[in-house]
Amino acid sequence: VLLSIICSPPQNYPLYIRSVPTENELKFHYTVHTSLDVVDEKISAMGKALVDQRELYLGLLYPTEDYKVYGYVTNSKVKFVMVVDSSNTALRDNEIRSMFRKLHNSYTDIMCNPFYNPGDRIQSRAFDNMVNSMMMQVC
Amino acid sequence: VLFQIMELCGATRLGYFGRSQFYIALKLVAVAQSGLPLRVESLNTVKDLPLPRFVVSKNEQESRHTALYSSDADNSASYSGVIPPPPGRIQVKKGSVSHDAVQQRTSTDQQESTSPVVSPQQSPPTSPHTWRKHNRHPSGGNNERPLAGPGPFWAPFSEAQPGSSTSSDPIWSGHSPPPHQENWVSFADTPPTSALLAMHPASVQDQTTVRTVASATTANEIRRQSSSYDDPWKITDEQRQYYVNQFKTIQPDLNGFIPGSAAKEFFTKSKLPILELSHIWELSDFDKDGALTLDEFCAAFHLVVARKNGYDLPEKLPESLMPKLIDLEDSTEVGEQTGEVGYSSSPAEAPPSKSPSMPSLNQTWPELNQSSEQWETFSERSSSSQTLTQFDSNIAPADPDTAIVHPVPIRMTPSKIHMQEMELKRTGSDHANPTSPLLVKPPDLPEESKMSSSVKFTAGNTVTDGYSSSDSYTSDPEQIGSTVTRQRSHSGTSPDNTAPPPPPPRPHPSHSRSSSLDMNRSFSVTPGQQQTGVVAYPPAVPPRPQPSQGAGPHVHRPVDAEGLIAHTSTSPQQIPEQPNFADFSQFEAFAVSGVNKEEEDEIETHSEVLQVEKPSDSASSLRVAKADGRVEDKAPANVPTSASKGTTPLAPPPKPIRRRLKSEDELRPEAEEHTQKTGVIAAVLASQPSIPRSVGKDKKAIQASIRRNKETNTVLARLNSELQQQLKDVLEERISLEVQLEQLRPFSHL
Repeated sequence: VLLSIICSPPQNYPLYIRSVPTENELKFHYTVHTSLDVVDEKISAMGKALVDQRELYLGLLYPTEDYKVYGYVTNSKVKFVMVVDSSNTALRDNEIRSMFRKLHNSYTDIMCNPFYNPGDRIQSRAFDNMVNSMMMQVC
Repeated sequence: VLFQIMELCGATRLGYFGRSQFYIALKLVAVAQSGLPLRVESLNTVKDLPLPRFVVSKNEQESRHTALYSSDADNSASYSGVIPPPPGRIQVKKGSVSHDAVQQRTSTDQQESTSPVVSPQQSPPTSPHTWRKHNRHPSGGNNERPLAGPGPFWAPFSEAQPGSSTSSDPIWSGHSPPPHQENWVSFADTPPTSALLAMHPASVQDQTTVRTVASATTANEIRRQSSSYDDPWKITDEQRQYYVNQFKTIQPDLNGFIPGSAAKEFFTKSKLPILELSHIWELSDFDKDGALTLDEFCAAFHLVVARKNGYDLPEKLPESLMPKLIDLEDSTEVGEQTGEVGYSSSPAEAPPSKSPSMPSLNQTWPELNQSSEQWETFSERSSSSQTLTQFDSNIAPADPDTAIVHPVPIRMTPSKIHMQEMELKRTGSDHANPTSPLLVKPPDLPEESKMSSSVKFTAGNTVTDGYSSSDSYTSDPEQIGSTVTRQRSHSGTSPDNTAPPPPPPRPHPSHSRSSSLDMNRSFSVTPGQQQTGVVAYPPAVPPRPQPSQGAGPHVHRPVDAEGLIAHTSTSPQQIPEQPNFADFSQFEAFAVSGVNKEEEDEIETHSEVLQVEKPSDSASSLRVAKADGRVEDKAPANVPTSASKGTTPLAPPPKPIRRRLKSEDELRPEAEEHTQKTGVIAAVLASQPSIPRSVGKDKKAIQASIRRNKETNTVLARLNSELQQQLKDVLEERISLEVQLEQLRPFSHL
């Protein structure tokens, strides 16, 4: 199970939500929401350290819920959150990073589109395809 | 006949094929096809003129014309079906396309469209059917093309048009592009009668269209043109001309870019929904730079036109619309890496649209395999995969082996060359750019094979990762591949790629260990005795070295690198064989002293694996002593690892391996336990040497060999890493054992 969400500042409203199979979406949405706080906290803590491009959340691992939440923040404070099942054996750190990187790249491509207004929901088919392929790959 | 038609409709008109002219021409075509005498009057009189049968030529010319088509109501009989929709479309087009004279036509079109609309609808139904069949047929490949270009369009168009544009659409679904074009055509079909009047200053495109039509008479020509695309997305010359003109209005410099905002305004005029425009942009902005080059602009424009005609947007950029790399070469070369940011993601977007160059690129990969070998040798010398990339970029200056690399660029298609150039730019930007280094290979390289080999090498360099990255990279051959882009994608991948090569042993301490463990288990033959814990190494090692004893030294060498780890354990037999193993003999004594167990315990600890050399020696000697040969494993492993550290993880070509592994050779004999691996490796290596020779041979042969080599490299690299890991472990064990030995020695005296 994999769920990824992109949220943009400043209000952190989601620009894009995609989750794979299981329809526990609501729970994931909630999780993502709470994780956003953690993200913000980390960002602010960074201070001069500035952008640490990738943040790995393993901290939001609830023993019962058994899933991990990963976060990633871009230079423009756009947050990517990914929720994966822990049962999903070893999604290694590198893989998560690469996934985030891909997300980031796709997001940049979308940004390049003059017809896209930042803040709009992301409706790009290409982006969808990328995310889908990524999730299929994981699951 | 065509000429007649042209005369009738064109000659009288302006020198070019205005929209009206086009319509007239179409009608005349229909007339001609129906066997009626070509007369201007016939255009107006024959209402039920069957729609001209045009082979489905996906030429967009028609499509362009559709925009131009001003529905001529009259003879629209044949066109009629087309007309109704076209008029609407025309207007739509006008909105979008209207950047220029289209508007002029609009007026006339509208007039004409009204009347024809009615009549045609009736007649077309029948004809469309025929056309449909007809079109289907040709769509496959433009067969007959009576009229070459316009024909097909019309046919599909008329079919689509006749009232049941929707129904026809399904028919055309297969011809997806055709509908698009048909729309164009339909316009043309509209009875040119009225059109005759309005000689709109047809754009140059019309002329070209006409000419193309004329040339189409040769049948296959146009068909080929249209069919070459095999998709309706082909841009006809006229269309292209039109697009270019439009481009000029925005950006006078044809080689320049249209910034995103300007393009946005421009395309917003087409009144398409923003979402669709956004999608079009995504498709057409090939290099994802936020600006449109001429090619991109044309593609985008074409898509807009298609969309306006009711044609759905594709998910990926059609091949025919892919910006030509060649064209962009210059721009990219200049390092304007503005556009061609060929993200690997972009390939994802337009996978289907891979241009023909792609196939060639793919082919180069096999070649790369070949070259990888050579590269490997090179890299070995350079003792770093990183240098390899530089080689690529530097062409073959430093290393004679690089000469081999040269062929790579040559082999590539123009786009590839372009890419190569871009690669050059990226020189040294990332090592692991399998593609870039390869591509970059300056055309200096005389032989393609070399190129392929070099490419191969690069690919091989990065081991499997390289391949994947390069593949992804190559998937964007179309992309102008600005260096920036490449760098980005590569840098993204290169770190991954480079990582594997250089530190094969290191990076996967845990990973390799597990793998080595598995291998060990599988290999475990002699070491049966060894302890479970340590078993990982020794078991693996012993089996390997043993079998390979027979293999030639050089063969072993490459294998050794991989099997070093494995062969430590082989056994005391090996030890005595080598004079260099004097140390081993000493260690033997130690080893015997029961250090084994301790060693085994310690084997797991990796701490000093890298310290190696000496420990490896001692380890090897120890191993000799040990029946388990664990130490041996370590020693050989150590030696090989250390030796091979510099070498790329890829199956080291025989030569470099020999040099480095000389010492290993000695160890090797002992370690011939790597039989399994060595056997494989030997085979691989054996084949590899031959590869360089084949440079001068057939490309195919080279490519095939490259592929083989690549595969071999992959396997060897894997083996290598595993063995190295094992070697490390073994070395550690050895060290620990030695320490214990030292400790125990005094006791022994007691």
